[in-house]
Amino acid sequence: MTTNGLLQLVIFFGVLLACVKPVGFYMARVYSGSTTFLDRIIGPVERLLYRLCGIDKTAEMTWRQYSTAVLAFSLMSFLTVYALQRTQGWLPFNPESLPAVSPDSSFNTAVSFTTNTNWQGYGSEITMSYLTQMLALTVQNFVSAAAGMAVLVTLIRGFTRHTTDAIGNFWVDLLRGTLYILLPLSLVLALALVSQGVVQTFGSYQEVTLLEPTVDAVGAEITTQTIAVGPAASQIAIKQLGTNGGGFFNVNSSHPLENPTPLSNLLQLLAILLIPAALCFTFGEMVGDRRQGWAVLAAMLAIFVPLLTITLMSEQAGNPTLAQLGADQLATDLQPGGNMEGKETRFGIVNSSLWAVATTAASNGSVNSMHDSYTPLGGLVPMWLMQLGEVIFGGVGSGLYGMLMFAIVAVFLSGLMVGRTPEYLGKKIGAFEMKMASLAILFPCAMVLVGTAVAVASTSGSETIFNPGPHGFSEVLYAFSSAGNNNGSAFAGLGANTPFYNCLLGLAMLVGRFWVMLPVLAIAGSLAAKKTVPSGPGTLPTHTPLFVVLLVAVVIVVGALSFFPALALGPIVEHLLTSTAR
Amino acid sequence: MIQQLRTATLVLIALTFLTGGVYPLVVTAIAHVAFPTQANGSLIQRGAQIAGSELIGQPFSRPEYFWGRLSATAPFPYNAAASSGSNFGPLHPGLKQAAEARLSALQAAGSSGKTVPVDLLTASASGLDPHISPAAAEFQAPRIAASRKMSENAVRELIRQSTEGRQLGILGEPRVNVLRLNLALDQHQMN
Amino acid sequence: MTKASTKLFDSKILGDAIRASFSKLDPRVQLRNPVMFAVYLGSILTTVLWLNSLSEATGESSMFVFGVTIWLWFTVLFANFAEAIAEGHGKAQAASLKKSRTTVIARKIANKADRIANEVPANDLKIGDIAIVKAGETIPADGEVIEGVASVDESAITGESAPVVRESGGDRSSVTGGTRVISDWLIIQVKTLPGQSFLDRMIAMVEGAQRQKTPNEIALAILLAALTLIFLLVVATLLPYSIFGVEVSGQGKAISLTVLVALFVCLAPTTIGALLSAIGIAGMNRLSQANVIALSGRAVEAAGDVDVLLLDKTGTITLGNRQATHFIPAAGTTEKELAEAAHLASMADETAEGRSIAVLAKKQFGLRGRELEHIQPHFVPFSARTRMSGVTLDGHEIRKGAAEAVETHVRSLGGFLPEDVRSAVQVVAKSGGTPLVVSRDDKVLGVIELKDIVKGGIKERFAELRQMGIKTVMITGDNPLTAATIAAEAGVDDFLAEATPEAKLSLIREYQKGGRLVAMTGDGTNDAPALAQADVAVAMNSGTQAAKEAGNMVDLDSNPTKLIEIVNIGKQLLMTRGSLTTFSIANDVAKYFAILPAAFAATYPALKALDLMRLSSPSSAILSAVIFNALIIIALVPLALKGVAYRPVGAAQLLRNNLLVYGVGGLIVPFIGIKAIDLLLSAVGLA
Repeated sequence: MTTNGLLQLVIFFGVLLACVKPVGFYMARVYSGSTTFLDRIIGPVERLLYRLCGIDKTAEMTWRQYSTAVLAFSLMSFLTVYALQRTQGWLPFNPESLPAVSPDSSFNTAVSFTTNTNWQGYGSEITMSYLTQMLALTVQNFVSAAAGMAVLVTLIRGFTRHTTDAIGNFWVDLLRGTLYILLPLSLVLALALVSQGVVQTFGSYQEVTLLEPTVDAVGAEITTQTIAVGPAASQIAIKQLGTNGGGFFNVNSSHPLENPTPLSNLLQLLAILLIPAALCFTFGEMVGDRRQGWAVLAAMLAIFVPLLTITLMSEQAGNPTLAQLGADQLATDLQPGGNMEGKETRFGIVNSSLWAVATTAASNGSVNSMHDSYTPLGGLVPMWLMQLGEVIFGGVGSGLYGMLMFAIVAVFLSGLMVGRTPEYLGKKIGAFEMKMASLAILFPCAMVLVGTAVAVASTSGSETIFNPGPHGFSEVLYAFSSAGNNNGSAFAGLGANTPFYNCLLGLAMLVGRFWVMLPVLAIAGSLAAKKTVPSGPGTLPTHTPLFVVLLVAVVIVVGALSFFPALALGPIVEHLLTSTAR
Repeated sequence: MIQQLRTATLVLIALTFLTGGVYPLVVTAIAHVAFPTQANGSLIQRGAQIAGSELIGQPFSRPEYFWGRLSATAPFPYNAAASSGSNFGPLHPGLKQAAEARLSALQAAGSSGKTVPVDLLTASASGLDPHISPAAAEFQAPRIAASRKMSENAVRELIRQSTEGRQLGILGEPRVNVLRLNLALDQHQMN
Repeated sequence: MTKASTKLFDSKILGDAIRASFSKLDPRVQLRNPVMFAVYLGSILTTVLWLNSLSEATGESSMFVFGVTIWLWFTVLFANFAEAIAEGHGKAQAASLKKSRTTVIARKIANKADRIANEVPANDLKIGDIAIVKAGETIPADGEVIEGVASVDESAITGESAPVVRESGGDRSSVTGGTRVISDWLIIQVKTLPGQSFLDRMIAMVEGAQRQKTPNEIALAILLAALTLIFLLVVATLLPYSIFGVEVSGQGKAISLTVLVALFVCLAPTTIGALLSAIGIAGMNRLSQANVIALSGRAVEAAGDVDVLLLDKTGTITLGNRQATHFIPAAGTTEKELAEAAHLASMADETAEGRSIAVLAKKQFGLRGRELEHIQPHFVPFSARTRMSGVTLDGHEIRKGAAEAVETHVRSLGGFLPEDVRSAVQVVAKSGGTPLVVSRDDKVLGVIELKDIVKGGIKERFAELRQMGIKTVMITGDNPLTAATIAAEAGVDDFLAEATPEAKLSLIREYQKGGRLVAMTGDGTNDAPALAQADVAVAMNSGTQAAKEAGNMVDLDSNPTKLIEIVNIGKQLLMTRGSLTTFSIANDVAKYFAILPAAFAATYPALKALDLMRLSSPSSAILSAVIFNALIIIALVPLALKGVAYRPVGAAQLLRNNLLVYGVGGLIVPFIGIKAIDLLLSAVGLA
């Protein structure tokens, strides 16, 4: 890697880590109901909403009531998104007169956006009207993220409270998360992005005359270019901040109007990891021991950085096939070099690789380069990061609560190894917690493995595979890894907008979201009901490097053991084949 | 449950209004006041006509124009209404074929060298990449000079003018805006 | 109980265990352990595959299928064996207990005064029945001595051959059915139903019949089941993946069922799955070898979690009772005068303290017990009202007692407590001693200093406990000043002075409310409420029936420091499970590297690069992994039975050590093991 590349990485991590504390601290205040500097502006809106919706903000819920509320809200969201897609042809804000979306694609997209996955089986600019983008997709970008954060906060409350069955009020958590965190951040980011050239207009697509006419696939002359535009900036800001990732345009953040400059790229990259990283601090702050939050963040970084290095090195090394043709893939001051297929010139190797790793570490799923065209090892990393359960940063809220499930397993193992009933943050970890944590880890795993198996075993699953050989297998594995863990990015060669994939991936997304969320809520309830055990010298500290190592080991081992065979038949064998082609 | 569904509906309506209505409209309003050019797609005016967007590449295949990245959009390259990458895996035969086709086209047009900058042989992610690397522009400079009967130095000067360095001196990669460069070439010859 | 059965592999136990390994193949038995049940089903499946390969060409060498099948069955048998051998140790202990439970004839009587016995079988005794037991007879049931004193041989349950004294009233009144009266007689009241006696429960416990899974064991079983399920999915989905791989690569053959089953068994946490119940049983056995009977498995596990240890001062922290160490005479009195008076006052005092005064007087001044009959001494015993004892001799009232009591006494006679004595009393009390003031008539003669002698080595043990994260609390009836001094000397973390049964109970509750787990030992009836409240309650076998009923463990040696050992055993139990789980999971890495390249050798020859061990052939690779997986179970049986060594170091240090040994070790060992087996297989030409 060049010195400049390294410098860009240092800047990225430096700014990110510098933001963790202030943003995390602010979020802790929002969720513990404390006053914030935005109260003067947002307070009245918040109170108005409580009144309009008939919410008693002091009435707390049991974990079962909380779960019901989450499910009820998700159900209504799903129905709304589905209905809007099916009826957009008759609705306003549709300058390109786009017709209704097909039932299976509508189902898939509705599930995808309500589960914070934002997998896109469709090509946005040729499918979704402005109205659908705004009222269905943008709204879900906010609320599905806020719901994930709400569930995380209840889990934190489970740790901090004792001998109670009250774990908070979902509506309050949802509204406060949206109003105080997501909206203000999005507003600022959206305007910053517009300044860089991200479009934000309700006007229709722009028609320009080509400087040099070209011909289409059948030889007809093309003299004009239609430039798709739209209210992109507002959606992109929240798509990154809420780890949604669903692009305004088909090619997502590689589209020059969605991510025009290196600075817009840096801002979006930071937005992808900002809240998931800062929530670690929020966690530490709320449980009253900031070191706990830093330890989890350290564990995430300890996995993130080495994997980033693998992708960077592999992408920078380039493609041996092209080298044979005489392609110059060496990085110099005049070109980024490396494997440039599916990458944008302005981003080069460093910013593309960093994005690929960040977007899959977080369950964001937006892309600024085409993962399908990555080198085998370069593409293995994003795939595996998703398979780890989207816990390395992960989705807003969902990433950390997933990581805490692994922490519970790690605490359990280490508790046994030091001869003491395991306890985490003063709560004894018992059979119930183990059962729920196991479910939360097991279900996404199962969806990925079984979904891939069904797809490659069936004609409808395998006929839309684009790339030949083991890479084709990787496409399917990637799709289910992405859906089952609510990431949303794709090896986009796979033709996934078919009834088969729309339904199966939709199912995987549902299971991947709610079969993690519900066990987490159950654990929150069970923990809140327990007594808090004071820590003593016999208690294993969970903020030390030793525990970080153990947590990393548990995440890695579970991920490796579950997916090693599948990865061996996809990217690993492809890598071996590529290097023999050299 | 019924109560919860009722609240869910009300909350969803309220938040839809706020995040789906108010929020994008506020962003749009501010954007159009503060950054009108950017908000509308960074269009390049050439006289009364719109020559394109500074951010959206256009297809070029004549020898006298600089060529951009390969574009995998359908049904024609640089279709800005349907962005797309090639999605070729590293072992996909299409990848090699496309690179070979571009290589022979470059040779036919008069650009050749021992090695070719990789961005000229590969398709961009969006299919709309407006840029190429300075190396790729440099590689094409002799051909442009020859076909336009300009001095190579004049061509290099134009490349220099269309080159954007790293943003803030650090971020991203140095790059040349192909459309701007080609417009500048035409402009240069008209004068 | 015999202590001889500590040998790990007794040939008798071994033989029984091998037989039991086969009888445990009953599916109903297998179903109890989900991990091993999955292996069991896998073994049946490969057996069918092998039979099938004999009759038709399946494209797979039936020798290979046979090899895999045999070793899968061995895996199941080894797991059975591990459990059986642990049970065997328990059974051996139970057998020796059972010998003492022969049919006994009881002499039932109507009431204490009635000496006409009615002979009935012991089994017909009901709670509340009264029976008389004479020398040479066996006590028919658990009960309480209501009259008589006798020496009783309790070796059947304690293994201790020296007889113990059992008498009515006090803390030595409980007798156990099955023990034998050696001298004199006892009248006992039956306290338990036949079949539920202490002995019966002990037998059931060590036999493992009543062994219920403990909370941590259940949680671990859930985790293991989840892992097993994941691996089942991994292996099951590998078949379609492999078929697809064959399609796109156009070569090789889809992975065979035999290889899939082999892979599954290797990946599933069979090592810990196979040893899990053996570890639990062995933990109980270790406890009984320490002569502690746990009345529930839960208590053993809880012992590992104990945060607070309540220890009686007397007998646990200090040597028996306080002893006289100094005579401090008042001004105008010689030390010898004081010693004489003290000696006289203690003549009839049969308590240990009283005797120690006589001993000190004899040691310092050669005073001996005099013939006192001729002077007709009138002994005044200690009473709660006067809080003094002494003797009236030749018209002189010699008294000894607490300072306030003696002061009141001499004042009533017109005397007073001199200032120098008062300050001596304070000095003694401050230094942790107990001051006894001696008076003759209205004159105060001086002070006897009684001191507690802290047991040697106890301070180090408490330091160890602190390292383990356990807080020690000393319980004493002494005043706070005395208690504080002894507490400091013994190095306990806290103390409860002037302890009453209620104070003990509320102390325990307070700790528990703070989320702490409390352990205590006790023997007296007045300990019973506190024992019942404590999470880990160890009753002394010498104690009362009430104390034993209230506790959840009984220490047959009646050794109050046994708690420390019990905590160790509890921790060992958890650590053994944790370490073997880690080992088991870490093993999987090597197995992947052995099996995957082998399984896909034909479809993707490039995967050969993953064969880090350079195994001789695909079939040998798979077989080696399966054999290693089976053998490691047997290799770890001794560890499972003995338990992972526990050292009292901080939790972090312990975790680091165990992670290094069982985590990193678990990664490396199978690489070496599988390679070695592979070399062996190819050397003998089997692969």
